[in-house]
Amino acid sequence: MKKIETDVIIIGGGATGSGVLRDCTLRGIKAVLVEKDDIASGTTGRNHGLLHSGARYATKDPVSAKECIAENRILKKIARHCIEDTGGLFVTLPEDDQGYHDMLVRDCLNAGIDCKEISIKDALRKEPNLNPSIRKALKVPDATIDPFRLAASNIMDSVERGAVVFTHTEITQLITNQNSLTGVRCFDRHRDENFEIYGKVTVNASGIWGQKICEPAGIGLKMYPSKGSMLIIDYRINNVVINRCRKPSSGDIFVPGDTVSLIGTTSKKISYDIIDEPVVDDDEIKILLDEGEKLIPNVSKTRVLRAYCGIRPLVALSGNMDGRDISRGIILIDHKESDGIENFITITGGKLMTYRLMAEKATNLVCKKLNIKKKCLTRKTPIPGSEKIFFNKRKLKPFQGFSNSVVGSTIYRHGTRAEQILQSNKKGSGLICECEMVTDREVKYAIDNQLVKDIVDLRRRTRTGMGPCQGGQCAYRSAGLFTEYGETKGEEAVKMLIDFLEERWKGVKPTLWGDSLREAEFTYWIYQGLFGIGNLTKGFGVKGKRE
Amino acid sequence: MIKLENISFDHCIKCTICTVYCPVARVTNMYPGPKHSGPDAERLRIKNPGLIDPSVKYCNNCKRCEIACPSDVNIATIIRNADSKISIKKIRIRDYIMSRTDFVGNLATKVSTIINALNSSLPVKVFLDLFLKISIKKTLPEYAYGTFRQWYKHQSKYQTSYKENVVFFHGCYVNFNDHELGKDAIKLLNSINIGVFITKEKCCGVPMIANGYIKRARKNAKHNIKTLTEATKNKKSKIVVTSSTCAFALKQEYPELLGVKNDTIADRIEYITTYIYRKFRKCDTPPMKPLNITAAYHPPCHLERLGSAVYTKELLKIIPGLNLKVLHSECCGISGTYGFKKEYYPISQKIGENLFRQIDSINPDIVITDCETCKWQIEMNTSFEVVHPVTLLARSIL
Ligand SMILES: Cc1cc2nc3c(=O)[nH]c(=O)nc-3n(C[C@H](O)[C@H](O)[C@H](O)COP(=O)(O)OP(=O)(O)OC[C@H]3O[C@@H](n4cnc5c(N)ncnc54)[C@H](O)[C@@H]3O)c2cc1C
Ligand code: SF4
Ligand code: SF4
Repeated sequence: MKKIETDVIIIGGGATGSGVLRDCTLRGIKAVLVEKDDIASGTTGRNHGLLHSGARYATKDPVSAKECIAENRILKKIARHCIEDTGGLFVTLPEDDQGYHDMLVRDCLNAGIDCKEISIKDALRKEPNLNPSIRKALKVPDATIDPFRLAASNIMDSVERGAVVFTHTEITQLITNQNSLTGVRCFDRHRDENFEIYGKVTVNASGIWGQKICEPAGIGLKMYPSKGSMLIIDYRINNVVINRCRKPSSGDIFVPGDTVSLIGTTSKKISYDIIDEPVVDDDEIKILLDEGEKLIPNVSKTRVLRAYCGIRPLVALSGNMDGRDISRGIILIDHKESDGIENFITITGGKLMTYRLMAEKATNLVCKKLNIKKKCLTRKTPIPGSEKIFFNKRKLKPFQGFSNSVVGSTIYRHGTRAEQILQSNKKGSGLICECEMVTDREVKYAIDNQLVKDIVDLRRRTRTGMGPCQGGQCAYRSAGLFTEYGETKGEEAVKMLIDFLEERWKGVKPTLWGDSLREAEFTYWIYQGLFGIGNLTKGFGVKGKRE
Repeated sequence: MIKLENISFDHCIKCTICTVYCPVARVTNMYPGPKHSGPDAERLRIKNPGLIDPSVKYCNNCKRCEIACPSDVNIATIIRNADSKISIKKIRIRDYIMSRTDFVGNLATKVSTIINALNSSLPVKVFLDLFLKISIKKTLPEYAYGTFRQWYKHQSKYQTSYKENVVFFHGCYVNFNDHELGKDAIKLLNSINIGVFITKEKCCGVPMIANGYIKRARKNAKHNIKTLTEATKNKKSKIVVTSSTCAFALKQEYPELLGVKNDTIADRIEYITTYIYRKFRKCDTPPMKPLNITAAYHPPCHLERLGSAVYTKELLKIIPGLNLKVLHSECCGISGTYGFKKEYYPISQKIGENLFRQIDSINPDIVITDCETCKWQIEMNTSFEVVHPVTLLARSIL
């Protein structure tokens, strides 16, 4: 069996794991990261991507609120191409507790969050689709953050600086020697092979899955799986983050995310056995739409693209509480202290937007264990793509041959690296994903540079298939490009195509009404009616969509 | 951020049929087509209005995409709206002149012989080509002497004796270029005992829309709706229009594109052949003489969008001795002022090529079309005389 040696092993390629990998790498520590699926395929890719100002927590959890505003300011500098500085509003509806507003203002100021009441007229000017009967509006420095770009850029930077990353590789066992964790056993799904990695310290950043990984090794990590569901709206119905000014509850937040808007979120405790296959329930969709409509009445007239859910990686420190009442605080566990196991650390809890701070804390502990005295550099070092402000109108001009919406989208997704994509060579300026304006070249760039193994991965790096048609037009084109640019053979490309359609189908299924339904029928007709994809798969044992 | 009222783009299922039918996308790769420029790019423009691409200018507003769309997306309207947002900044003398058919027409008809001579002289055309970017290859439309309205003044007293009346929206073309068409329309309507009135109308606004002057167009729209509403209020008479494009504007572009409500008159507006065909069906057919000619009929884009081309066809079939050949329904390429502009001239010609060849191969005695700019385009590119269906009908009436 293949064996690899390194200093630090990181389990999980979510925001937290990617952040730890980068922090280690910047401090010159050799590190290997293992991710069972794809970068940002866990909770990191299943949230609303809100770069909190902290206001949402100011009243309940001032420590978290302070962490949020501090990280908010740092990330706006080091990860600017993953962030859109939209600003945010807290609006009070007539039926809400009118006193919450003043309390929030006080608590925000205490936590150091600049907030300012603005007139209703101004709020409606900023956000014309907002319910006009709002009573009060408070401006806060909320913004949005793209979790896929964030995690992928952290990984890309680390790999460029010498770190090693395995995706689609699952850690199947923790290897212990007496009371010390010495390595991990892995299974590489693509190569269909087992191998082992040995390291001086192992960092568990596997989020909600931590319990599953630790249990067999006798390490007692108890997670509290709290599911949150969200809806994606076809286009941006709001421009700034809109929060409802009340105690956090279901359907009270609208987050603009690139070309779409999200309504979030519910909160439901689920059983640990179903964390791999959580589903969005019909009642959750109803709550989100009903409550969402109160904030933005237009929402009932727009197409819902899909529904999805994520599981908060909360640690059950005490008894059975409502998921919202557990602190979203950062949890750093030295398993030597809790379980008597040397060289094993868990970093979890927290938020997407506190990933850097979490990584800093975990890496500080790693350094202590390895006896390395290196300062954390992530506070100041921008991730690739964010070195300078790149997006402005003048930047659209030089890229001849592409329409402005294509240039704008590419820059938006890749920051300064867009230059490499748009100017590399003359070939491949055609659009692969027409909804999200992804070009042939961008696909090539992602396959060559961003650890993309299949179309689902491609979607996370480029937004291919995330628009209104949900893969109807781009999926087969992408599958073709994998055979052209990658090492994929025809049959594998078909399997890839089916996996991708299955994945899209999962999110579309709960929202099948109106235009979404028409779209799905059309897609079904293309793939089943025209390509007969269900029959294509008979030869190699994979299921087609909607059998 | 835009207040979202027109959200038809949200219904697009990305079938791409519109792009297959777009005459401009078919002939040039400078234009990415209605799907991209319309519903696809609209999502990005909502996110960031700075992403409007100048290529939206290539859309000639023929509306064929909207006819093809199975999802009722107002594709061309979405594209025109995007275009008007970037047009406002750069005002061009040419586009201004072309957009003001009424103003320019009023001046030109006073000195029409001079203008017509000038417009066809080489030095003037070189000047227009170089400085105003109006293609040298185009023959500019001829102006008539005086206006149709001036002629009508002496007519109005004869129109009061009929029991039934219509309001005739004559449009700039009849007023400045082709009085005969207006006279033929009146002759035809009178022949079935209908009196014809006109109101104080302004240019329907289409040339302004096409050149990005949305505000001006909106002003005209409001004026027209007001006067037409007043004129038809008491007698509940219909408003008939001889220009397919004017009819289309009054009925659909006003509310959809300009956001000007036209409920008070929308149901009354009828393209002239629709109106007459219905009257004829009610046995009001006047005596007609056989023409004994072969005619090729070209249905204009906007008439197709209005769903009225079928009425023209059926009406023409009533004319005795007319061997009617209906041409394939396709854009002729001129699209109002589009084909006159130097930058679009080659595209415009390429679009129309099939049509011209088809006409040549039929070798008719005459070509019929409802639209004045289609007429110019076909006359410039084939050797045939082109007339309005109403003109032909009038020739047949005894
Ligand atoms: C509904 C919802 C909304 C949220 N909204 C926000 C928000 O707006 N803003 C914000 O900042 N935060 C938000 N959060 C919180 C945020 O999403 C999470 O805190 C954060 O993404 C956790 O990242 P992570 O890297 O720790 O975990 P994950 O992203 O879950 O990463 C763990 C990774 O480990 C991998 N893994 C698991 N087992 C193995 C194994 N055996 N071998 C190898 N790899 C393995 C998984 O595949 C996964 O990729 C939200 C959370 C939820 C649920
Ligand atoms: S209106 Fe005509 S030119 Fe414009 S996009 Fe539609 S089909 Fe093409
Ligand atoms: S025809 Fe209509 S539904 Fe089809 S792509 Fe065009 S706009 Fe969309």
